[in-house]
Amino acid sequence: MKDINVIIAGAAGEGIHTVGDILARTISAQGYAVFTWQEYESRIRGGQNSYSIRISEKPRNAPLLQADALLGLNDGAVNKYKPLLKEEGILIAQRQSRKRMITIPFGEVAKEELNDKIFANTIAIGALTGVLGADLDTLNQVLAEKFKKKGQGIVQGNLSAAQKGYRQATQQCKGMCAWKLPRQEARYYLVSGNEAIPLAATFAGCRFIAAYPMTPSTGIINYLAKEGELLGIFAEQAEDEIAAINMALGVSYSGARAMTATSGGGFALMVEGISLSGMTETPVVVILAQRPGPATGLPTRTAQGELLFSINAGHGEFPRLVLAPSDPYDAFHKIVKAFNLADKYQMPVIVLTDHFLADSQFSVLDFHLNTVSPTSYIADPQKIRDYKRYQLTKNGISPRLCPGQSRHLVGVDSDEHDEEGHITEDLDVMVRSMVKKRLSKLDSLKQEISLPEETNVNDADIVFVGWGSSRGALLEGLRLLKQEGNKVGMIHFTELWPLPEFSFPNGKTYITVESNATGQLARLLRSEYSVSFKGTISRYDGLPLTGEYIRSNFNEYYR
Amino acid sequence: MSTIDDYQNNVEIQWCPGCTNFSILQAFKKALVELDRMPQEVCMVSGIGQAAKLPHYLKCNFFNGLHGRALPVATGVHVANPRLTTIVVTGDGDCYGEGGNHFLHTLRRNPDITVVVNNNEIYALTKGQASPTTPLGESRTLQPKGVQLTPLNALAIAILHGCGFVARGFAGDIEHLKNLLVEAISYRGFSYVDVIQPCITWGTHPMNWYRDRIYKIGDSYDPTNRESALEKSMEWGNKVPIGIIYKVASSEIFAGRFRKAVSTRPMFEFQPPNRKIIFKLLSAFRASDGSHKEAHTD
Repeated sequence: MKDINVIIAGAAGEGIHTVGDILARTISAQGYAVFTWQEYESRIRGGQNSYSIRISEKPRNAPLLQADALLGLNDGAVNKYKPLLKEEGILIAQRQSRKRMITIPFGEVAKEELNDKIFANTIAIGALTGVLGADLDTLNQVLAEKFKKKGQGIVQGNLSAAQKGYRQATQQCKGMCAWKLPRQEARYYLVSGNEAIPLAATFAGCRFIAAYPMTPSTGIINYLAKEGELLGIFAEQAEDEIAAINMALGVSYSGARAMTATSGGGFALMVEGISLSGMTETPVVVILAQRPGPATGLPTRTAQGELLFSINAGHGEFPRLVLAPSDPYDAFHKIVKAFNLADKYQMPVIVLTDHFLADSQFSVLDFHLNTVSPTSYIADPQKIRDYKRYQLTKNGISPRLCPGQSRHLVGVDSDEHDEEGHITEDLDVMVRSMVKKRLSKLDSLKQEISLPEETNVNDADIVFVGWGSSRGALLEGLRLLKQEGNKVGMIHFTELWPLPEFSFPNGKTYITVESNATGQLARLLRSEYSVSFKGTISRYDGLPLTGEYIRSNFNEYYR
Repeated sequence: MSTIDDYQNNVEIQWCPGCTNFSILQAFKKALVELDRMPQEVCMVSGIGQAAKLPHYLKCNFFNGLHGRALPVATGVHVANPRLTTIVVTGDGDCYGEGGNHFLHTLRRNPDITVVVNNNEIYALTKGQASPTTPLGESRTLQPKGVQLTPLNALAIAILHGCGFVARGFAGDIEHLKNLLVEAISYRGFSYVDVIQPCITWGTHPMNWYRDRIYKIGDSYDPTNRESALEKSMEWGNKVPIGIIYKVASSEIFAGRFRKAVSTRPMFEFQPPNRKIIFKLLSAFRASDGSHKEAHTD
């Protein structure tokens, strides 16, 4: 089948999230791979926002900008998003405005035939389900599940509303709608980054999260606050990001895994804490969900602007690990790796996501949870005679014990310190040894870093180099450019610091693809691998990279 | 039984000879012995400043962190291991200046920790600038013509924000301070002791100037009355009260509900996460009638 892209547009507060969520679940339950992404303004009411649902046979997990079907909940939404509707696409709206469209006055039908305006959106969902040729039964199951807590009356009302929309749409569809989505076998997880990350953290044995609410990171602590007692995780809303990271460090010092989550501005406040983690060798996992900056920037949009910031954040020199997962599946695995390596190397780990990965829902067939597990790196106090928190060792890793666990005392210090953690000014011996000890951890850490993913590099003349959440868009860009006869490949990084031993094959033209204005990945790779780039396809308008964006920018600037 | 020797270590002390911090260190050791705590049961958390060096000078677990950030670290220690006796040693610059926001919100959180502020009304480690408690008009390195900012009344702030144990001590009376520390550490909930600690190097007044003005709060004073406590906290000038200013039963301890629901054990003793729960939560993201099952062994 050809992919179908559905856009639902409406004002904030009008319910596009609920409409999109129910439709996405319905199509997913019907057995298709669904990918959803949203773009919205930084306001609670008003504006015009969109919720896009891409339907395909196999997971694409990349956004499309143009719509095959557009549902406009109000006139303003129809006007704003109609330019995205393909010529042969279908509009679903309350008022007739083009030929190829389904016209149902959802509000009036709800009021007149169901005695309540609240069912208007469900009529619209029913209509969309009909237009797409999916089963009404599947929609009914999703609706019953969604509204069961609100009582039988509400469930019945929604089922009737869905049926009305479905019938009217299928009648008007005759001779116009060609889509058919019969039930299929496959069942995908439909999950966003911000949903996979808290579950992964739990899986990794995290016991504590403190955070200050900041879009697009907030979903992580919200989820853990809701399920915390069930999962044995304590979630605290901190007074600021400085408190958040310092609380996490207090928990971690005490022997339990801890994390925090924020966006660029909050991360800027945490930076001294990152350095404290490096100096005291106290593990911490920091999720940095990127959005466009500088300063407040575009709070509800996406970007990959903190790559160099996260790699360099913190005064002084200390080792850290920076990961940038590509999708929720990868995020799950990377989060477990983040907690394990933070503990093993006793250092800060920064996990870069972005608004696109945090909020978009991806289809995942299987998380392969049996391939990952949390590993403890706390030493056995019984086996230690005289304990020194910063005992000098060959690989720079000192045994870590928990305060209060045994007779051994655990002292850590932000000052340069001796092996017992006490302030030192012994410049000749101790200071040099401690600096070397901390930095030497990087040598073994480097061996744990995965190589970048290579796609079609051998046969390619032109290789796109990207990182993090743009993987789906890059793969789509390759498909589109291949169709136009180009020999293109991809190298995609998800583990960015320290960088692995890797060499870029000779004789290729390299172009980075990044959601930032200054080509940060190109700068990083140039300095670490001495590779040269022809340029960067960059996007910095707050919208996610798409395959089409990569294709058209390549043709315009690099062909 | 713990003894003073248990708390003795051989770390070189960096304070000026004759510093009043030595008396506070002595009071701490005596209080911990009187409470019969062993060093491994105690965790001292500090930030930066002369006071913040104190945890290095007695044997115990310690976290000497960043300037102003001792309270959130100590809050984390308390959440992770409520069995530890967690004590923050801080100064007026560290706690009321750099860390002022954390002070406010830790009062609201009410973790079961003790905060002792060695208040010398000056920034001593950076050589004599004004602190948030420097009296109006007194000249300092950076305020040569006299301080123009209103000094902070942190005792009153604590009383107003629900702190159940508010006291003032004096570094010139070790026995009295030791007794306050014993009461503060024994208190279940957030306990707060501000200690008048005259700086012998940068301070305006000698020890005797304080001695002449300080008086001990008598037995007839009722520390459970919030209004009279507020009044007491505002006494300053020729007569300065020391002792317990406010003490009432603590409100709910921070993370108390979580602890009741989950476990009272230190978090490092928690069982590994239950995979079944994670599978269950994950399955909420997938239609339930699927033929595909996530492969797992336990």
